[in-house]
Amino acid sequence: MNVPKNLKYTKSHEWVRVEGRDAVIGITDHAQHELTDIVYVEPPTVSDDVEAGKECAVVESVKAASDIYAPLSGEVIEANAELTDHPELVNQDPYGRGWLFKVRMSDSSQLDDLLNPEDYVNHTGE
Amino acid sequence: MTLGHAIATVRAVVSSEIPQRTPLYPIQASIGAKFIAFGGWEMPVTFAGILVEHRAVREHAGIFDISHMGEFIVAGPNAEATLNQLLTNDVRQLNVDQAQYTFLCNENGGIVDDLIVYRIAPTIYLLVVNAGNIEKDFAWFTEHLRLPVVLENESNATAAMALQGPDAPRILPAAAALPRFSIASLDVFGVACRVARTGYTGENGFEILCPAAEAEKVFGGFIQHGVKPCGLGARDTLRMEMCYPLHGQDITADTTPLEAGLGRWVALQKPEFIGREALLAQKQTGATRRLVAFRMTEKSPPPRPHYTIFVDGRRVGEVTSGTQSPSLGLGIGMGYVPTASAKAGTALEIEIRGRTFPAVVETKPLWKNTK
Repeated sequence: MNVPKNLKYTKSHEWVRVEGRDAVIGITDHAQHELTDIVYVEPPTVSDDVEAGKECAVVESVKAASDIYAPLSGEVIEANAELTDHPELVNQDPYGRGWLFKVRMSDSSQLDDLLNPEDYVNHTGE
Repeated sequence: MTLGHAIATVRAVVSSEIPQRTPLYPIQASIGAKFIAFGGWEMPVTFAGILVEHRAVREHAGIFDISHMGEFIVAGPNAEATLNQLLTNDVRQLNVDQAQYTFLCNENGGIVDDLIVYRIAPTIYLLVVNAGNIEKDFAWFTEHLRLPVVLENESNATAAMALQGPDAPRILPAAAALPRFSIASLDVFGVACRVARTGYTGENGFEILCPAAEAEKVFGGFIQHGVKPCGLGARDTLRMEMCYPLHGQDITADTTPLEAGLGRWVALQKPEFIGREALLAQKQTGATRRLVAFRMTEKSPPPRPHYTIFVDGRRVGEVTSGTQSPSLGLGIGMGYVPTASAKAGTALEIEIRGRTFPAVVETKPLWKNTK
């Protein structure tokens, strides 16, 4: 299981990469592997506000639709447009080209509530 | 469902309840199966990914563990009369070593189960029933027997697998000459098996029954021959492209074979069988709803069971099965709609998370196999 050291994580299997005031968000390698083939991604709408812990996007595998929870509160400033035609990027490159959306954080202290890589590994029980 | 739930569903079966495992569980676990709960069983959902397994079956071949399905033996001089009283199709049409698709119906014509009957000797019949219905079906048979017959539940002693795909006859040349819907006793990798030319994928192929204790030898033989192991995920997408119904979803005790468009397996000309009067009446008045196949006409999330179907802005029914079709690259599904809206070409709308997306009724099957 690939859990990059430079990212923060949630118990609901999202990852966060901090870029200044912004946070790039995706789903973890563990999540994409368990879900198997991603066939549809419904990102949040750009300029909408999302709230930490609330559902804001949907990732669909062949088998099921899964809600994605916002790890942090803020305004959605970008959604990964490449996933519209290539949802499989979430499987192929979950921490890179398979990112889901970018949030301008409204409260960066929420970062302290996220899991570090070691805690996330423990959480997945592997 | 959250991501965590989706993952937990996979985990829960491993840790908490006590689902049943097939004799092929260990070998499948050893080659990377990912398991889910299905009909009280812990079954592989996929090995290397649903899409690659789906493609393998459409283009080459795949091997599926279907040992969770149930096997009953009905035998004796009264077996034929008993089956003709309990099942909708006419078993008198079967010669020895032939099979037919049929329904177990209740008095209302509702489908208790769908199954395949194999006549394996002049007065011995093998019935293959759905995994989740084994106990219910066996109880139904026991309660509705009118004549003495031998009735045995062989489900635990029997393993089953499906070899499906255009390469199947090359992989199992001994069975290549078997006509469709027939069964023969054959040696497969040194094991005495019953091999039938049947399946649930729309591809050429075989279903293979063997003693549970020898299942690993047969399955392992196929794996060593390079046949791709496949899980229930691909089995589901393959059958949906063919519009084969899944009992419990597309057909239930509250829907009839006529409503589901499966009337050709109901022999109304038989003088008597359970459900005949209701089905005859429905045939005469015409079913008011039909199970249709549809495809999405624009980019949309995949349709899923229980999504609402609209016609002209009016709520008319629910999706019973749906997925993103790997072969067609678009959303497909089935669901019941009023008969007036069941014609191919009828415009539908499917509600997905509060938004509606256009779809159109298609002729079945959705995947037209041209090979």
